[in-house]
Amino acid sequence: MVGETRVSSPLLEARGLVLAFGGVRAADGIDLDVNEGEILAIIGPNGAGKTTFLNMVTGYLRPQAGSIRFRGREITGLTPRRIVRLGIARSFQIPQLFTEHTVLENLALQLAAREGFWAPFAPLLSRARSERALALLERFGLGELASVRADALDEGARKLVDVAMATALAPRLLLMDEPTSGVAASEKHAIMDRLVSALRREGVTAVFVEHDMEVVARHADRVAVWSNGKILAQGPPATVLADPAVHREVLGVEVAPC
Amino acid sequence: MPLRLAFAVGFLALALLAALQPWLRFVLTLALATGLAVLGIMMLLRAGQVSFGHALYVAVGAYTIAFARPQLDDVLLLLAAAVLAAVVAGILVGLFVSRYRDIFFGMLNLAFSMVVYSLLEKLYWLTRGTDGIRVARPRLFGVALEGARYEWALFALALVCVAIAAALVARYLRAPAGEALSALKTRETRLEFAGVSARRVLFQAYVVSAGLAGLGGGITALATLHVTPLLVYWTHSGELVFVAILGGTANVLGPFLGAVVFELVRVHAAAAFPDAWQMILGLVLLGIVLLAARGLVGLLEELGRWWGRRV
Ligand SMILES: Nc1ncnc2c1ncn2[C@@H]1O[C@H](COP(=O)(O)OP(=O)(O)OP(=O)(O)O)[C@@H](O)[C@H]1O
Ligand SMILES: [Mg+2]
Repeated sequence: MVGETRVSSPLLEARGLVLAFGGVRAADGIDLDVNEGEILAIIGPNGAGKTTFLNMVTGYLRPQAGSIRFRGREITGLTPRRIVRLGIARSFQIPQLFTEHTVLENLALQLAAREGFWAPFAPLLSRARSERALALLERFGLGELASVRADALDEGARKLVDVAMATALAPRLLLMDEPTSGVAASEKHAIMDRLVSALRREGVTAVFVEHDMEVVARHADRVAVWSNGKILAQGPPATVLADPAVHREVLGVEVAPC
Repeated sequence: MPLRLAFAVGFLALALLAALQPWLRFVLTLALATGLAVLGIMMLLRAGQVSFGHALYVAVGAYTIAFARPQLDDVLLLLAAAVLAAVVAGILVGLFVSRYRDIFFGMLNLAFSMVVYSLLEKLYWLTRGTDGIRVARPRLFGVALEGARYEWALFALALVCVAIAAALVARYLRAPAGEALSALKTRETRLEFAGVSARRVLFQAYVVSAGLAGLGGGITALATLHVTPLLVYWTHSGELVFVAILGGTANVLGPFLGAVVFELVRVHAAAAFPDAWQMILGLVLLGIVLLAARGLVGLLEELGRWWGRRV
């Protein structure tokens, strides 16, 4: 799909990223391009360094070597706050919610972060902002939970609120760390369908880490396979997921390609 | 709006008390002044930050009035000067302490306040040390008021300040930067990942809290007409935190409820049991912490709900 049509220069370019924790090389020479408009899935076994990659791109961790460029601009070493303002938002593997606030307020705080955050006397839940927050929640099937406090949600709902919060920042590039883990299998696909079609409609480029190969096959334009801090393979899902080496690495079992 | 109603009822009750018991006018004026300082502490508590040095700004407000009084003979101008000085001090200290959290935040505030305490004590030529400075009673709107009339005027002025401050802070706490205070407590990094400076969230609230403490200190100086370094001693800072927890942080009524109850318990306990009043206050706080973790305001809400179920 869109991933096949090469644009002049990639939206995100990572080159030679290295980051070791003690002896563990969580990133061991990562080279990756993310093209404008594509949806890229990152797969790989536990501890392969997928989250570490997102942490480096968003400025939470600083690579020991290598560079990251976003829209042609060097962003290596910038703070998370600077990077999100340039248009990269993320969601988290372990949901990071404001637990004393309701779901709606969690969303509204993200919306406010983009405009009007420092107006001292305009309410967070202005009518306009509440409506926009609610519309975003509906996209994730969370409308009914709007007035529930975030610390009262179950695992799946926390996860979705976390993703919804990242989308509320209206990024150019959205990074999602296992967006549907913990979400009931029955809802997973419907929610991903809605999310992905919204992303495509709005022209948002997205990268998501995923363990569910069905979700990957259905929604990704391209797949990158992580293994021990390296990228083992990348390409269209049909090709990559059929690769026996990938099967061995990701699924941990030998499967004959079919 | 129930909160407004609660304030209106509270104001009426205080005015009634002040009319029936003339000596309480002074006590209640001081309680309202304390409540203003505690309102600022409460904003910081929402962010999970406890300042053990906020008496610093009370003292800045009070001493500003003592220093400025020879040149200024107007209650409102003096109060404005007190707030301004406290805000400036809050900006200077806040730029530094807003980088820190938790125990470091608390202790750095304490350290600043103790530095100021020793300066006030040591620079005798300027501050008259522990003797403190007497403040000549200023005019209000150009009128020189005597005795009871001055006390009434100051009491009324304190009520007006409380009404305005509570209304503005309540709105601020509903605005994004105010809501972000508790977001800073629960998930500070998520604020940064949304592009919001958590430091600025805390800094702004800190400056507001300094201004409120300065206003409280100013009213205190105008009521007592005497300022001493004890205003900034660490026990006074501790007392402000004590009152904040006593009152509760759920809404802007808490600090004033806490302050009034605190002062009334203190004066009555001190009169009845001159040797044991601190123990009584301690027991009151212990009771609150154990039985009503959300403070007096939380207790009041529980009562309201219970009453609502009954009728
Ligand atoms: N902040 C850190 N400090 C120390 N070690 C870390 C840190 N972050 C990651 N690691 C280590 O780096 C390696 C890669 O971790 P990472 O979280 O990136 O893996 P992952 O691919 O996201 O795994 P999972 O699928 O379990 O989420 C792991 O061995 C992990 O223990
Ligand atoms: Mg991970």
